[in-house]
Amino acid sequence: MARLLVTPATGALPVTAGGMTLSLTDPGCITSLAPWRGAGMALSKALRAAHGVDFPDPGRISTSGTTRCLWAGRDQAFLVGPAPDSAALADHAALTDQSDAWAVMRLDGPGARDVLARLTPLDLRAQVFEPGHTARTLLGQMNAVLSRDAANGYEIMVFRSMTATALHELTEAMKSVTAQGGADPSPG
Amino acid sequence: MRIVGRGRVDRTITVPFTFDGRRFWGHEGDTLASALMANGVRMVGRSFKYHRPRGIFSAGSEEPSALVTIGHGTARTPNVRAPMQELYEGLSARSQNAWPSLSRDLLALNDLLAPFLGAGFYYKTFMWPRAFWERVYEPAIRRAAGPGALSGQADAARYDKAFAHCDVLVIGGGPSGLMAALVAGRAGSDVILAEEDRKFGGRLLAETEEVDGQPGPDWAAGVVAELTALPNVRLMPRTTVTGAYDQGTYAALERVGLHLAAPHPDAPLETFWRIVARRTVLAAGALERAIAFPDNDRPGIMQAGAVRAYLHRWGVAAGRNVTVFTNNDSGHRTARDLRAAGVDVAGVVDARPDAPDSADYPVFAAGHVVGTSGRHGLREIRVRHAGGQRQLATDCLAVSGGWNPSVHLACHMNARPVWHEGIAGFVAPDGAVPGMAAAGAARGLFSTAGCLADGAEAARAALADLGVTVTSVEVPRAEDGAYDIAPLWHVPGKGRAWLDYQNDVTVKDVEMAAHQNFASAEHMKRYTTQGMAPDQGKTSNVAALAVLAEATGRTIPQTGTTTYRPPYTPVSIAAMGAGGRGKGFAPERFTPSHAACVRRDAPMVEAGLWYRPSYFPLNGETSWRDSCDREVRMVRERVGICDVSTLGKIDVQGPDATAFLDLVYANTISTLRVGRVRYGIMLREDGHVMDDGTCARLGPHHYLVTTTTAAAGPVMRHMEFVHQCLAPRLDVRFIPVTEQWAQFAIAGPRSRDLLNALLDTSIDGQDFPFMACGAVGLMGVAGRLFRISFSGEHGYELAVPARFGAALFRQLLCLAEPFGGGPYGMEALNVLRIEKGFLTHAELDGRTTAFDLGLGRMVSPGKDCIGKAAARRPGLCGASREQLVGLKPVAPEGRLTPGAHLFAEGAQAVRVNDQGHVTSACHSPTLGHEIALAFLKDGRARHGRRMRSVDHLLGVETLCEVCDPVFFDPEGARARG
Repeated sequence: MARLLVTPATGALPVTAGGMTLSLTDPGCITSLAPWRGAGMALSKALRAAHGVDFPDPGRISTSGTTRCLWAGRDQAFLVGPAPDSAALADHAALTDQSDAWAVMRLDGPGARDVLARLTPLDLRAQVFEPGHTARTLLGQMNAVLSRDAANGYEIMVFRSMTATALHELTEAMKSVTAQGGADPSPG
Repeated sequence: MRIVGRGRVDRTITVPFTFDGRRFWGHEGDTLASALMANGVRMVGRSFKYHRPRGIFSAGSEEPSALVTIGHGTARTPNVRAPMQELYEGLSARSQNAWPSLSRDLLALNDLLAPFLGAGFYYKTFMWPRAFWERVYEPAIRRAAGPGALSGQADAARYDKAFAHCDVLVIGGGPSGLMAALVAGRAGSDVILAEEDRKFGGRLLAETEEVDGQPGPDWAAGVVAELTALPNVRLMPRTTVTGAYDQGTYAALERVGLHLAAPHPDAPLETFWRIVARRTVLAAGALERAIAFPDNDRPGIMQAGAVRAYLHRWGVAAGRNVTVFTNNDSGHRTARDLRAAGVDVAGVVDARPDAPDSADYPVFAAGHVVGTSGRHGLREIRVRHAGGQRQLATDCLAVSGGWNPSVHLACHMNARPVWHEGIAGFVAPDGAVPGMAAAGAARGLFSTAGCLADGAEAARAALADLGVTVTSVEVPRAEDGAYDIAPLWHVPGKGRAWLDYQNDVTVKDVEMAAHQNFASAEHMKRYTTQGMAPDQGKTSNVAALAVLAEATGRTIPQTGTTTYRPPYTPVSIAAMGAGGRGKGFAPERFTPSHAACVRRDAPMVEAGLWYRPSYFPLNGETSWRDSCDREVRMVRERVGICDVSTLGKIDVQGPDATAFLDLVYANTISTLRVGRVRYGIMLREDGHVMDDGTCARLGPHHYLVTTTTAAAGPVMRHMEFVHQCLAPRLDVRFIPVTEQWAQFAIAGPRSRDLLNALLDTSIDGQDFPFMACGAVGLMGVAGRLFRISFSGEHGYELAVPARFGAALFRQLLCLAEPFGGGPYGMEALNVLRIEKGFLTHAELDGRTTAFDLGLGRMVSPGKDCIGKAAARRPGLCGASREQLVGLKPVAPEGRLTPGAHLFAEGAQAVRVNDQGHVTSACHSPTLGHEIALAFLKDGRARHGRRMRSVDHLLGVETLCEVCDPVFFDPEGARARG
């Protein structure tokens, strides 16, 4: 039987500039979890039993192996990685598939923070936005989910339809930072 | 003229540049101003209004006179302040506001007319005839006046915007700022030190003072070295903080490439920063002010402090035979320093009767400069002093009227500065900007020792606020002189005494304003334009207020200042709009079928941020109408495919999902069965229709709400508002899934045949009737099928996860071909829906009610909904309302255009006779004539009547007949079949 082929969000990645790499990643399934009224604790417990992660605090990511749970808003988190154990979770939360809604990119390398500082108003200082932190923020004029998972490593999620614009904004900022001598070692 | 052994420019590096086409040479470290001065160029421009010869007045960003144009073509930048432009190889500068040349400027004629051109002249003179102001007077005045001009071409250079965050922001890198940054940096806080100059040090670079036993510049360099080594300190030279805003946010402009001969093509010329700081130390220093005396604007008359700066920093003597005019001790310092460098000093004119005497140069106590001469540069001054009158030959007059603390940023949140009698100047009020404290000269402390100690203390206090304790701070030793000033604002006498060099405003203009009762500072400013030039009156504001105070018999604090507003110095629009050019203007959203549509040469039309295909041209089709008509017939007769992924989709779940949707939809949702879809409308709280769409019940507690493309965001926001604010107890959760699903309309009599060639399990009219929905499998992918129709034909919408969208579109087109089907675009989609009287935001324009749209019965009487009560207000329904109707031309070839207005036959087509307007119109290939949807007063009662449709813009008038808005298949048999 013929099958429908998968088209990635963009074919233009990875791009590199000055020791930095912007790449497209496949994070697996992305499932929105929105606990029913008063079911937050029960959801967290079920989540831990089924996937080994807690329902995260605001702005945080809970991780277990390749499974991550990203805070995604008021009463909302994204389970990233495995297909959700619907039987275990559906009693406690609304589950919605978001796997195809987002283009997930990574920006790695020295200067990554300086690149993002051109596009997001978020305070990205090392002690403020630590590895394991996440935020819903702006990337240029776009909504984005920005997470930090390494000293110089960030995951950027934008709406799939806006991938081309996100790519354009990020590569332009990468070129600018590189042309200005690369990473600024100081804070801010 | 360079002085041997002075200055800190690198004389081993020669930098060639041109001014007005003439070739000159400067050195590494020069500014354009210092290099011009070193080359003996005195006149650098003509003034704004009177075209008076002007030279270099200052050594900083406050420069009012030496404005030049840098570069050519798209890289041309006008009104660059010469002291702020760093010299680079090949720099090309030109003078402004002079024609045919700087030395022979024809409009210098204006200066002879000066007695007639004073403040308020234009307002009083060019009153009549009224229409002449815009067409004749203003263009003529604009040509004669005004600084440099833009190139008229788009700026091709690159600019950046960026954000930065810190614990302590230090504004200004002079002695106060360096100490503040050092204290905060050593304590481990995140520090940003922003300095306007290329080098840190402030006045230390311009004087010969020692700090801690070292020359001032060396001490500053040592501090910079330590700060550079601290990982928690960011140094930002060439960065002017231009504005203070809410919650510790500051705007700053960094000059990244403006000092480079060949800036990197990927690097910006400037970066516009937004810096967010928990605490801020304002160490912006002070600006030296002038004294107004007759003809005080000739090239060669400049700030006494600037004369010292050019001597000590750049090794340039501002003249061969210098005089000084001062009302405070700092003027004497200029004379001493020049003498020490071997420059002749013809005398110091000190306005104070008790002026300190000197063995090295004559001092004229109680002295005033009462006149000057020299057409293109100063030659001679006339002095009246305690001992009488005399003339002094001089080519440079260094003037010090005292120092004004730079309080601007402290006043950007609407505070007024406070008068400080001891320094005869305004200082920043405490707490005027939350989190900010002024330090050093910006707070009125004018000794180096005082500034160092104050900077350290300001940092200590800021850190204490942040919970960081700094016990002992060692402040380096430095000069600690007293500041002795006797205020002198202007010297009376014949001749014009200039206050505002940049806008050509004189003492007489300010006095005139007072006499005409423009006595408040704000009125005086606007009447005279004093302080309204790009320099915002940095060197003239306080003096102008003093003159106004005198003219109105008030004190200076009684007179008050005008409002300080950002930006502190001009900010290029290109920097503020960085990244917004071309595709940077707005994000582009592409559908899953985008690439395939582009490959088929479909012209794209913007729908919000989305790009959608207008039509799909085929060989032999000469216009969009050919393609559109074919696509409409294809859907009506065979099958068409259209990407509708852009429509908003919101996944709604929860035990109370049904109750919630009953609240947000005007119609009832609770009676909808699982596996069925219902058309619905939502009202705003004010009772008008917000949006329409479908609601599919996927499960007992699971719905999919669709919205129009444009309203996807607003509907989501509305639902969030209703849930969070109006019905927080309802247990319901929703999330947009627009991006998750690629969705395609498959419309036409052959749509089911096509689907049955695709789906794992075939469907029929029994299991999938009109308005059914359900899960389907196709080629190994789980999809959703909705039997809904926006074309009026037997139709479906098929959704698959977005990653499969491009492949599904290809597959659908392959399958459509054998049926004689294919893709259709927005034009055909629009015609199909107008023929059916279906609505878009042309009709749901925010002013229409359900009643107007003929949907009044959809507002369910059996339940409450958002907007229901408001929709019942008087005036929102009834015969007085404009109601949705259809229009068709009486003559078959008659044209109908959107935007046309409707008038009764025989009535004049004027506003008072307006009966309604056309919202959508098209040629209907199905009916063979044009059709339109319109809103007409009492329209539903006027079916069959004739109206005139008049489009005043296009000049089209058509007699048409009012009819039902559903032109085609009014029973809906085709969609149900």
